Amino acid sequence: MTDHPLLRHAWIAVLALAVLAPSLVSSYDLNLLGRFLAMAILAIGIVLIWGEGGILTLGQGVFFGLGGYSIAMYLKLASLEPGYLPDFMEWSGVMSLPWWWVPFQYPLFAVLAVVLVPALFAGLFAWLVFRRRIAGVYFALITQAVALTFATLLTSQQSTTGGYNGLTGFTTLFGMELGTDAANRTLYWVTLGLLVAVFAGSKWLIGSRFGTLLRATRDGENRVRFLGYDTTPYKVVAFALSAVFASIGGAFFTLHAGVVSPAFVGVVPSIEMIVWVAVGGRKSLWGAVAGALIVNFAKDIVSSAMPEAWLYVLGLVFILVVTFLPNGIAGLAEDLMKRRRERAAATGTALLEEAQ
Amino acid sequence: MTFHSEIKPGTPLLQVTDITVDFDGFKAIDGFSLTLRPGELRILIGPNGAGKSTFCDTVIGRVQPASGSVRFMGQEITGRPEHEIVRRGICRKFQTPGVLPSLSVRDNLAVAAARDRRWWTTFSHRRAAEETRRVGEILETVGLSDRAETLAADLAHGEKQWLEIGMVVATDAPLILLDEPTAGMGPNETSKTARLIKSLLGRHAVLVIDHDMAFVEELGGTVTVLHQGRFLKQGTVDEIRADPEVAAVYLGRAKE
Ligand SMILES: Nc1ncnc2c1ncn2[C@@H]1O[C@H](COP(=O)(O)OP(=O)(O)OP(=O)(O)O)[C@@H](O)[C@H]1O
Ligand SMILES: [Mg+2]
Repeated sequence: MTDHPLLRHAWIAVLALAVLAPSLVSSYDLNLLGRFLAMAILAIGIVLIWGEGGILTLGQGVFFGLGGYSIAMYLKLASLEPGYLPDFMEWSGVMSLPWWWVPFQYPLFAVLAVVLVPALFAGLFAWLVFRRRIAGVYFALITQAVALTFATLLTSQQSTTGGYNGLTGFTTLFGMELGTDAANRTLYWVTLGLLVAVFAGSKWLIGSRFGTLLRATRDGENRVRFLGYDTTPYKVVAFALSAVFASIGGAFFTLHAGVVSPAFVGVVPSIEMIVWVAVGGRKSLWGAVAGALIVNFAKDIVSSAMPEAWLYVLGLVFILVVTFLPNGIAGLAEDLMKRRRERAAATGTALLEEAQ
Repeated sequence: MTFHSEIKPGTPLLQVTDITVDFDGFKAIDGFSLTLRPGELRILIGPNGAGKSTFCDTVIGRVQPASGSVRFMGQEITGRPEHEIVRRGICRKFQTPGVLPSLSVRDNLAVAAARDRRWWTTFSHRRAAEETRRVGEILETVGLSDRAETLAADLAHGEKQWLEIGMVVATDAPLILLDEPTAGMGPNETSKTARLIKSLLGRHAVLVIDHDMAFVEELGGTVTVLHQGRFLKQGTVDEIRADPEVAAVYLGRAKE
């Protein structure tokens, strides 16, 4: 992708446009873009575990939810009048704040929870599963079961989680009033900055020896094991990182959307996340980002025109991509570039021969 | 770190004593023993299904023996995890080429040549100069220097075999197990492989499994014959060739 000088520098133009977006698009569109950038952070995590590690996970919604709920609990508490409980708790007759809500009144705790809770949970989970050499479809099914359980749990514990409706009605973040244009712009830029940082960090990781070993494990786990490596840690670290990215994405999505609910964490949203990356290209960082943006903008357009149609469209797109574009848009772009390069080389040789 | 300094003169490098491998009642290996000295060449032959690959699997910890012991440099290694056994200094080439297809030839060798295989040390782009030098050397040895940046997936079958032999050598393990290294090679490639293996002796003990008698003859060295999981004969290539019992075993297979 990096052979054409114009394309090599295209990212600078894209980044400049992204930075200037607040003065280019409406505040509605900026809000959408902010949400989708948050989802792109999650998509990069899927490149690490699925693209580089070859491990399909159908449970990213869980980590998206962990991040979303962590920040939402803080927002909910910060938006209360002193002495009151969150509205849904009062309606359910809860008399005092559940113990696991209490630390979320501290913003620092909430922020740490966004990173550490998924890291620890995903790390421990992956270690237990990968150490027992469970892989492939079995692993995907286990993660799907976790997503199902998590969504069911959130819905059923109405009195402490807000149930089906989730958590919403946030007014302040770290003392900043939410919903104003200035707040939206700041949030947008912070999301963009994090996306760039996560992108750059992942690029570095993929190019490091760790990245080589992760791909090596994907290619031939036994071969790597019989070269003297313990392959489990590479998979565990990749999975934990993808969980942290999903959680950060979930937290920022919640900030932009002003709501988090079980509808974002279950089986279907977890599959949607995989579709973003399949469409964009699972072996490409920019492909995953593009996939997250394209699919979500398409979803916005399709759902507002025909709310019922989206899942069918999504399913169709997924089938088409898996059948015809195994490496997504990024793979297609790379093939086209390669073909052009080869044609150019062939013409070059022909010209040379003619000249001789 | 080098393994070779730890080898004590006089002790056998590998001592496999009376191992039995039981696959649900079927004894793939049945009371087999084998001892290798440091730097020695040994050829293991036997008809299809004799248990040769299973023997390698047992040494390397992929298969657990029902009874018997495997000692390496004087220490018991039976039941240890595979990666630990490899780190002690045994490396094995599989019967089907086991290269890493989406890595370049150079990266395949670099993964094998790395001395520090602890995961938390891999968060870096740098490779030790010693490793880079070794990778360059092995690229020369296996004749893949001008293919270094090619993806392993794009290599020809014979080149893949050499790459994997190169990977095994790159680990610098004192004991190398090669399971049918010449499968799918033409006569020229086969004798090149024989020369390569002979150049390893002294520094590495090599156990070669192969069916190709011309190749075995070119290698020389002691031949051990395995039949139905049991020891049948041991001797020089000529002795084994002339042995009526060995001939019967192979002919018996041929008649079936
Ligand atoms: N995992 C297993 N489970 C059950 N039986 C096995 C297993 N692995 C090998 N066997 C059997 O054990 C016997 C020995 O197999 P092995 O692969 O060691 O033979 P080999 O001497 O390497 O043969 P070849 O020359 O064909 O490679 C065979 O009969 C095989 O079918
Ligand atoms: Mg075999």
